[in-house]
Amino acid sequence: METILKEIGVETYLYLSALLFSIGVFGILLRRNAIIMFMSIEIMLNAVNLMLVAFSTFHQDASGQVFVFFSMAVAAAEVAVGLAILVSIFRNHGSIDIDNLKNLKG
Amino acid sequence: MNTLIAIAVLGVICLLAEIFNLRKAIVPVTIVGLLAILGMTVTEFGTTGSYYNNMIKVNNFTVAFSSLFIVLTIFLVTLSHNFYQEQVTKISDFISIKLFLLAGAVSMVSFGNLAMFFLGIEVLSIALYILAGSDRLNMKSNEAGMKYFLMGSFASGIILFGIALIYGAVGSFDMDMIYEASNSATTVDWFYIGVSMITVGMLFKIATVPFHFWAPDVYEGAPALTTATMSTLAKVTAMATFFKLNVSMNGNMKFEYELVIVIVSIASMTVGNIMALRQNNIKRMLAFSGISHAGFMVMALLNLENAAGSLFYYTVAYGLAGIAAFTVIMYACKGKNNEELENFNGLGKRSPLMAMILTAALFSMAGIPIFSGFFAKFFILNNTLQAGWLILVIAGVINSMIAVYYYFKVISAMYTKEATEEAQKVPFEFYIVAVVAMGLNIAIGLFPSALMDLF
Repeated sequence: METILKEIGVETYLYLSALLFSIGVFGILLRRNAIIMFMSIEIMLNAVNLMLVAFSTFHQDASGQVFVFFSMAVAAAEVAVGLAILVSIFRNHGSIDIDNLKNLKG
Repeated sequence: MNTLIAIAVLGVICLLAEIFNLRKAIVPVTIVGLLAILGMTVTEFGTTGSYYNNMIKVNNFTVAFSSLFIVLTIFLVTLSHNFYQEQVTKISDFISIKLFLLAGAVSMVSFGNLAMFFLGIEVLSIALYILAGSDRLNMKSNEAGMKYFLMGSFASGIILFGIALIYGAVGSFDMDMIYEASNSATTVDWFYIGVSMITVGMLFKIATVPFHFWAPDVYEGAPALTTATMSTLAKVTAMATFFKLNVSMNGNMKFEYELVIVIVSIASMTVGNIMALRQNNIKRMLAFSGISHAGFMVMALLNLENAAGSLFYYTVAYGLAGIAAFTVIMYACKGKNNEELENFNGLGKRSPLMAMILTAALFSMAGIPIFSGFFAKFFILNNTLQAGWLILVIAGVINSMIAVYYYFKVISAMYTKEATEEAQKVPFEFYIVAVVAMGLNIAIGLFPSALMDLF
């Protein structure tokens, strides 16, 4: 595993995960469907997981991979709560388009 | 460390009480339990220690802030009984979520490892997403929950990215190693990018300009008790954590970083106060006032060696005044669908004590002497002056004058306008919480050294 990392270089993993992270950020900023926004959040968190694993191999240190488990568990809990809120919006409103949420402004 | 375990156990007990049909006992048992935990935490004062491979570190800073969080939670739990009267079958969920939120807050302030910090901030945030959307048949509450969820998880993603970069630069999540790396000359550039990303994420969580746009919507839409939780407990927690992070990651703060903090602080105070002037909804107004208070609290970062005491004093003063103000708001707006200022017309005649408490709380937030808000602003501006940022002090003083105007709008509505409805009976819990919170606020205003000399 270490030899592969030496051949490819840890920077490549950094670029890949930064790219994935940016895709997630732009997904949240540009798309208006709530499900796709949730998927974008997942892409952001998983990009970070990729980077943590790459650095963990780079440093020959297991704590980075343990952190990935924490962040996966947290992401699952977060999305469960988000989907619950989404279901109650759908029941009240009949749609999941974020642009319909305009009751609060001033 | 025992504090954290005890709080989590108390939350589980709350959930079990539901199974055994002991709903009536939940609130009193929780209050007694929290008081016991408060006593246990206070006795740890003066000791230092680290537990579980340095995951949790206990020192005076963490003990003081944990005690403050527990006190604020006791107030919020006391108010819950009356606030959730119509949803009494779900009371165990509401209380246990508040307790888990407190557990997240305590682990956020006593972390010794970035893993613990991340878990703490997520436990706190997820609990708040649930509470913000908890009035599920109300469209406004749904919208608030959704907005808070999207913004909060976006900020969490940015914080996580920053943590990963710091791990890449240091090779460890341990705060001691990170502190050494932040002071060494050979640290790679990723480290500083990581610190900046964590800073951005934390500024999101404490709602400072330019990351404040979610706060007014969420504060307005969420149920009043949740708004009280967000504006007191969550903001204070995030600020204490941000201070602690800066102490260990940014010990030799660069001038450019200080400049960013100064600009953020001035922008938050100004934008928060100017936007608050034209609000007619009191929750929205307090959201903007909270943004301007966040601007004041951020000033503590400019003087990391000396400002811990004044930051603690400021958070205590702000938290207690916020609890007292929201108690009166919950009383005045009970059974109504909105929190417009008209609800407060003639409150001075309908319920003199409640009107007096709200006046005192707003005076404390505006920074008028006797109340502790004045001394809080005084100490924090004094520290900023020591750090050599005169321009920030001038901006702070001008802003506290602007703030008086919109606080007086509420006060004049209470005392000069005619009442449109009859007085309602003030629930017993509201009396207790409002009077005790305001009494503590005035007491620490009279004896500021009791809190200032803790560190």
